Amino acid sequence: MTATLEKPPPPLEKASLKHRLAERGVDRTLWLLVPGAIFVVVLFLYPVLYGLQLSFQPKDGGGPFGNYIKFFSDPYLRDTIWITLRLGLPAALINVLASIPIAFQLRGKFRGKRTITTMLVVPITLGTVLTAQGLIEYLGRAGWFNRVLLTLGVDEPIRLVHNYWGVLFSLVITGFPFAFLLTLSYLSGIDPSLEQAAATLGASRRDRFRHITLPLLAPGLAITFCLTFVLAFSVFPSAIMVGEPSGETHVMSIAAYETAFRDFDYSLGAAVAMLMALVMLAVIALVLVWRATLYRGATGGKG
Amino acid sequence: MSTGAARFAELHIDHVQRAFGDTVALRGMDLTIKGGEFIALLGPSGCGKSTALNCLAGLLPLTGGKITMDGKRIDDLPPERRGFGMVFQNYALFPHMSVRRNIGFGLSMRKVGKTELNRRVDEAIKLVQLTEHEHKFPAQLSGGQQQRVAIARAIVLEPPLVLMDEPLSNLDASLRLEMRTEIRRLHQSLGLTTVYVTHDQEEALALADRLVVLRLGEVQQIGSPEDVYAHPTNAYVAGFMGYRNMLRVTVESVDGENAVVTGEGVRLAGVNRESLPSGAAAVAAVRPEDFSLVVPNAASTENTVSAVVEIVEYHGREQAVEARLPSGEQLHVRTNSRLAPGDTVQLRVPVERVLIFAEGSSS
Repeated sequence: MTATLEKPPPPLEKASLKHRLAERGVDRTLWLLVPGAIFVVVLFLYPVLYGLQLSFQPKDGGGPFGNYIKFFSDPYLRDTIWITLRLGLPAALINVLASIPIAFQLRGKFRGKRTITTMLVVPITLGTVLTAQGLIEYLGRAGWFNRVLLTLGVDEPIRLVHNYWGVLFSLVITGFPFAFLLTLSYLSGIDPSLEQAAATLGASRRDRFRHITLPLLAPGLAITFCLTFVLAFSVFPSAIMVGEPSGETHVMSIAAYETAFRDFDYSLGAAVAMLMALVMLAVIALVLVWRATLYRGATGGKG
Repeated sequence: MSTGAARFAELHIDHVQRAFGDTVALRGMDLTIKGGEFIALLGPSGCGKSTALNCLAGLLPLTGGKITMDGKRIDDLPPERRGFGMVFQNYALFPHMSVRRNIGFGLSMRKVGKTELNRRVDEAIKLVQLTEHEHKFPAQLSGGQQQRVAIARAIVLEPPLVLMDEPLSNLDASLRLEMRTEIRRLHQSLGLTTVYVTHDQEEALALADRLVVLRLGEVQQIGSPEDVYAHPTNAYVAGFMGYRNMLRVTVESVDGENAVVTGEGVRLAGVNRESLPSGAAAVAAVRPEDFSLVVPNAASTENTVSAVVEIVEYHGREQAVEARLPSGEQLHVRTNSRLAPGDTVQLRVPVERVLIFAEGSSS
């Protein structure tokens, strides 16, 4: 080689700092994130961390875990976990399962689709108070439903509000629109020619749903389940209005509210809220672990 | 896998109609398909060719007419009970299944035993040369490979009829040629009756035993590739078959099969395909490659036109020339001679290569 005889090539000029940063996505548009970041820190991160440290400072002393020990040793508090799960899990499951066939029927294009979809989604706009009022009017002891039953010869009116069932109905009514809209959009994302292809290959309607639609829909259903579960798990107003807030529907949010604002034990209230978040996260984690075992790729025809 | 295909003798498509609301996509299609035939349905988008295919597959119910296979009526059967294989334009591979499971899907739906299923899937995979990709998922394959999976999935069932809906339109040009040969090879070795939908006349001519040319839901012509290519029945089919020059003319005189037409400053004798009377408005259709250059000042000027060369494209063995008639009408010519823009040329076309059609039947 003659390299020693020649002048070394001039060093490559380095690209400007601005260019190198832009290459990594750092440029002025990053400032657009600032309002969002402030929002997250001030309204989410700070309250959560504040509540977390508060929960480790029990009012009556007893070490940092005093509140948690108290929670688990008091059956009235401890049972709220089970009570809330008993409402949230079935409600989420019912919402997801009910939304599948309805979304399946509504996914195509047809006249009146918008009207039907709007009718199904309207409960979102009603709010829990109106829903509760309606439930009491309709399913209460003197409501239409029981009056019809009584005229048909039933001896005793059936109790369907101010107990577990009232809250479950309310959760289904308010949660279903969310589940339905999500499921519908997941279903519309599946290429209809896949089902047609399965049909020409000899798959019956049932086989097509089982082997094609359901496996492709399942990851979306998992997400739908998580979202409606979170909504249902944090139930508060309907647990009071159409439930039995000191007994059957003494849910975690009521327990947190009562300890903090009736007994003025903010610290214990914070601990209940932390446990509530923990239970929700545990359920979501379980669902997502199951989801990770599914096929989650594209659902279009070309794969 | 050349044996065992459930053959039929004849499949009758009897005045099949399909309407979507007020728009009629297919108006009374009649066709008889013989076992082992390769039929191409040809036409531009919106001509009803895909509708016809979907009606055959059972994916679209008919609004009129019937389909019978060896005398047995099949148009009231759902797709899963017709047992026809179908290759979709977008392949429609199941994205959550491996190549193997995609191809085996139809067999497992038919409750074929495990050893039999594996043997047939192996064979099909080998046939489309995907052995080393059998455990991959559709998303990991190239377009051509996905296409092969789609074909294997349809033919592994050895269906009495294979339906193909523009299977090559999503591939790039060179792969399209390769897969075209592949499809022809599969048809020759397996003898599966095939109905193939395409808007590409070259593809249809290359593959099919018989062509069905459609326009606005109506059959224009049914015939062998040679027949449709050389003897189109009307100006529309001619335009589709590469008769790029369509001169607006008037019939001057009729002489048996032939007629003399004038218009656009030219006078040509040609074949009177639609038996037009003299005085009728007509179009004279000529293929670009049917023109030949006449030496200047030749003695005979019979059936010639003179034109000025405007644009010359080099295509290797020949040149594509755009010339202009004295009337201003454009003329497409293919020739081996070297021409340059500005040249004035005399072009001759044989009488039998000028086809005269009624005006208004072109697209």
